[in-house]
Amino acid sequence: MALDTYAVRRNIIAFLIVLVALIFLVKLFLIQVVSSDYTPAATNNVVRRITQYPARGLIYDRDGELLVYNQAAYDIMVNPRHLQAFDTTELCNLLNIEKQYLSQKLQAAKAYSRYKPSVVLKLVSAETYARLQEQMYQFPGFFVQPRTVRKYKYSSAAHLLGYVGEVSDKLVDTSSYYKSGDYVGVSGMEKSYEPVLRGEKGVKIYLVDVHNRIKGSYQDGQYDKEAQVGTNIVSSIDMDLQRYGEKLMKNKIGSIVAIEPSSGEILAMVSSPGYDPALLVGRPRSKNYQKLKNDTLKPLFNRGLMARYPPGSTFKVINALIGRQEEVVFPSTTYSCHGGFYSGNFHMGCHNHPSPVDFIESIQVSCNTYYANVFKRIMQDDQFASISQAFTNWKGYLESFGFGHKLNVDLPNEVSGFLPGVDYYNRYYGKDRWGYLNVISLAIGQGELGITPLQMANMTSAVANRGYYYTPHVVREVKGEQRIDARFREKNQIMIDSTYFEEVIRGMELAVNGPPGSGSTARTARLDSITVCGKTGTAQNPHGKDHSIFIAFAPKEDPQIALAVYFENGGFGATWAAPAAKLMIEKYLTGSISVQWWEDYVVEANLIKHRKEEDETQD
Amino acid sequence: MKRRINVWTNIDWLTVVLYLILVFLGWINIYSAVYNEEHQSIFDFTQRYGKQMIWIVAAFVIAIFIMIIDSNFYSFFAYFLHFVILFLLIFVTLFGTEIHGSRAWLEFGNVRFQPAEFAKITTALALARYLSSQNVSLKSFRTYLWVATIVLLPATIILLQNDAGSALVFFAFVLVLYRQGLSFGVLLFGFYVIALFVLALVLEKLFVIFGTIGLALIVLWILNKRFKYVMVSALILAGSGGLFYGIDHFFHLNVPMYFIILGALVFSSIFYLIMAYWYKIPKVALLLLLLFGSIGLTYSVDHVFNNFLGSHQQKRINQLLGLSSDPLGAGYNVNQSKIAIGSGQLTGKGFLNGTQTKYNFVPEQSTDFIFCTIGEEWGFIGSFVLIGLFIALMLRLLFLAERQRSTFSRIYGYGVLSVLFFHFVINIGMTIGLVPVIGIPLPFISYGGSSLWAFTIMLFIFIRLDVSRLKVLR
Ligand SMILES: [Zn+2]
Repeated sequence: MALDTYAVRRNIIAFLIVLVALIFLVKLFLIQVVSSDYTPAATNNVVRRITQYPARGLIYDRDGELLVYNQAAYDIMVNPRHLQAFDTTELCNLLNIEKQYLSQKLQAAKAYSRYKPSVVLKLVSAETYARLQEQMYQFPGFFVQPRTVRKYKYSSAAHLLGYVGEVSDKLVDTSSYYKSGDYVGVSGMEKSYEPVLRGEKGVKIYLVDVHNRIKGSYQDGQYDKEAQVGTNIVSSIDMDLQRYGEKLMKNKIGSIVAIEPSSGEILAMVSSPGYDPALLVGRPRSKNYQKLKNDTLKPLFNRGLMARYPPGSTFKVINALIGRQEEVVFPSTTYSCHGGFYSGNFHMGCHNHPSPVDFIESIQVSCNTYYANVFKRIMQDDQFASISQAFTNWKGYLESFGFGHKLNVDLPNEVSGFLPGVDYYNRYYGKDRWGYLNVISLAIGQGELGITPLQMANMTSAVANRGYYYTPHVVREVKGEQRIDARFREKNQIMIDSTYFEEVIRGMELAVNGPPGSGSTARTARLDSITVCGKTGTAQNPHGKDHSIFIAFAPKEDPQIALAVYFENGGFGATWAAPAAKLMIEKYLTGSISVQWWEDYVVEANLIKHRKEEDETQD
Repeated sequence: MKRRINVWTNIDWLTVVLYLILVFLGWINIYSAVYNEEHQSIFDFTQRYGKQMIWIVAAFVIAIFIMIIDSNFYSFFAYFLHFVILFLLIFVTLFGTEIHGSRAWLEFGNVRFQPAEFAKITTALALARYLSSQNVSLKSFRTYLWVATIVLLPATIILLQNDAGSALVFFAFVLVLYRQGLSFGVLLFGFYVIALFVLALVLEKLFVIFGTIGLALIVLWILNKRFKYVMVSALILAGSGGLFYGIDHFFHLNVPMYFIILGALVFSSIFYLIMAYWYKIPKVALLLLLLFGSIGLTYSVDHVFNNFLGSHQQKRINQLLGLSSDPLGAGYNVNQSKIAIGSGQLTGKGFLNGTQTKYNFVPEQSTDFIFCTIGEEWGFIGSFVLIGLFIALMLRLLFLAERQRSTFSRIYGYGVLSVLFFHFVINIGMTIGLVPVIGIPLPFISYGGSSLWAFTIMLFIFIRLDVSRLKVLR
């Protein structure tokens, strides 16, 4: 055995081995046991949460006809990490987009995240997708996410049905449900029934490999959540009636609101001009929306819910009822009318009609003098110490009819309308420095009143019901739920006895059905087979020709439909609104039109042309 | 016949058992690393785990065969075997199959064979044979020259095959030399060269040349203890530096500063040599040789790095030296490797439940990064056990080497230990981000026939030598 002077070095080598092992173990202890950074990083690597978008609930009309359903559409997505060189020209041609748009989107996607996918092009059609799919292998990094878009059976009722759009940033910030890029109901029923229609998004959690390929479900899918399909709803709209109303309103500006008095269900709500709901779907939406928004005739504006008009002579029905309830006028009360109402220097004109008239005749012939007197009596009623008190009492009746506040329908963007109060006149004339003559135009529905067509139709419905109404609504059934919202099942009582309603209704019956020469103002609304009760109105319009207004319900004894019709710049109520109301009633109750001439008369009229000419001369 | 019975009874079974455990752990972790639903059987020969099993069985046959061969065979044929391997290395460098950018493979039909793995064995044998011969001691320059020839020749050829990882393994033999009495001066010189190597990459050339000049002046002072010499040398250098700079400035030559200083140094050196001869100052010539050698080395390292290394090697070295930190670039793999290991936490995710390795977030998960699977699925406890097994094996080999009577056997034992240790340090170190990513396998664990067979042969030759330790008198 050779002499070994370096034997001690084995200890140093042993020490070195143990030292390295200890360094490794300390490092391993630090990253495996001490640090908590690596487990989330690992999860982040392999776990992908993929949102499952549910199909939106369908919308049916009151007869069970499918109005709104879903159609497949596809979002073109990109995952920047997997992008490779590709033929941009070909992709742009397939998708029908500009090269500049594509490069802009790709840059934005890279800036957002190299690992997370971004949308390149939203909601391409099934046809485009079919073309693209065959070529998809040429474009690594691109993929397609299926979505749905709304599809409409008819190009009608856009304001009622509403549309679906992308969520706003504000909603994303405030809601825990919506994520950027989700879709949400923006208007109409789509908005007011959003929580019902949208369903619940689900999530599937997958494990992916380094190339983002799905390798299986995470934890056998125990944390997955199935998407809940949206609930279907049945609208109260009668689509045939709605479409007929839109046909009548073609080339006119105005609105028709029809309600079933016994339930408060809205049968039709026409706002003209309207638009085709299909315009606000899919990719062309923003372009079309801008176009509609810039249209001077405001097709996006739902006049039935949002336009405020003075009610004109239709308001005499209300003053008649209040006068009877306050016992300042009786069935036998008569007034003579010789060209109008005179008080000192004040004069309010009336049209030519038989004189004198009693209570029922006053509605039949729509006498201004009679209602100036009735209103004077209401305001000067002895039981009140001042006109302020009398006025406030009078206003209380109006509010019970649903004027001056939102009815709380199940549609968004409803307006309150406007009823002047004592304060309004105190401010204008000075406190207690005004008398009945200052407000007498309210007797015949002119002046400072702002009432929406919906409020007017609702009031008519209350008259048809002889003293109560149900809050109007457009949805009669949410599938899977026993009853609709409680607020639509609750009777709203008017503070007027039902006997007084019978007297006023008799007047409305005669206004439509009085014999020729009797002075009946609404004979253009008469139907042979159905007893229509109605009242004309003509609202003064500072901007142009008067608005033609008519309210009506039918049949008299068992009212099925109550409606308010507005033709802007249509002149007298009897000219356009009354025949249109008649046609609507006949269409709804019989399903056909007996005198075709009347339909042609209304449909063929073009009141927009006239208005446009006026606009031009004003300019 | 008597001898053969001795073989089986005198085997160091502890080493064999440690070997078997490591090979088995390797196999099941390869199974887990590349597990897929379609090929669930661990005996599926189309998959890596099936193939690894074939290689394991073959390795056992080889091991038994080695035990049967006479112990004198290895020292007797050490040089011959080394020559054969060197020949094969040259052969594959010229005519071999290229895989992953390394021309290092011999292909026989479906079987690939990497001579570099076996070069470690023959190098260990040849080195043991040479150092154990009479009249050889690590005190003569001639010995160092021979040692360098035995070790660096295969390493250089492997480097030419573009397999830097396997070439670096030959540095491991420094440990053998150290045990055999490598002098402190040589060791220091070795570290100096390595330090220069690294500094040449990290620092500007100009700083390096100033640094080496400064060091040379310090050494001059240590050798002679005469501060005067240092002052005079510095003044001569400063003077000639100023002269050269003036000439450059006056004639608008625009020579880089580095070469101005180099020129001044060469110019000054003539004075130094004359003065050293005149005043009989010792070792100045040697010092100047060292100085110019250092400058030459740093210059060529810089040149080689920028002109000869592949960009991925440059990146890895830059990554290690902290010259670049790009998480998606060269550091990406290490980061993913640490995520896999770190997410195993204390007890691991369980067998086959690892996600990072199975879904390819970790590169080379069955070969170089097999430790990630162990860390991820078996946690810190599993890592601890594996490292413990390696430590046990290495310390056992150290013990076995030291009990050899034959110098050849002991040196060979240290050779086995050194190579094993080097692989252990580099492989596990790189997966946890402590050393640069150098693609060498974890012994007995990583997938691959060449690697498993080479380590098996290496280990069992030593076990065979150990069996016969008492018979040898030399
Ligand atoms: Zn009159």
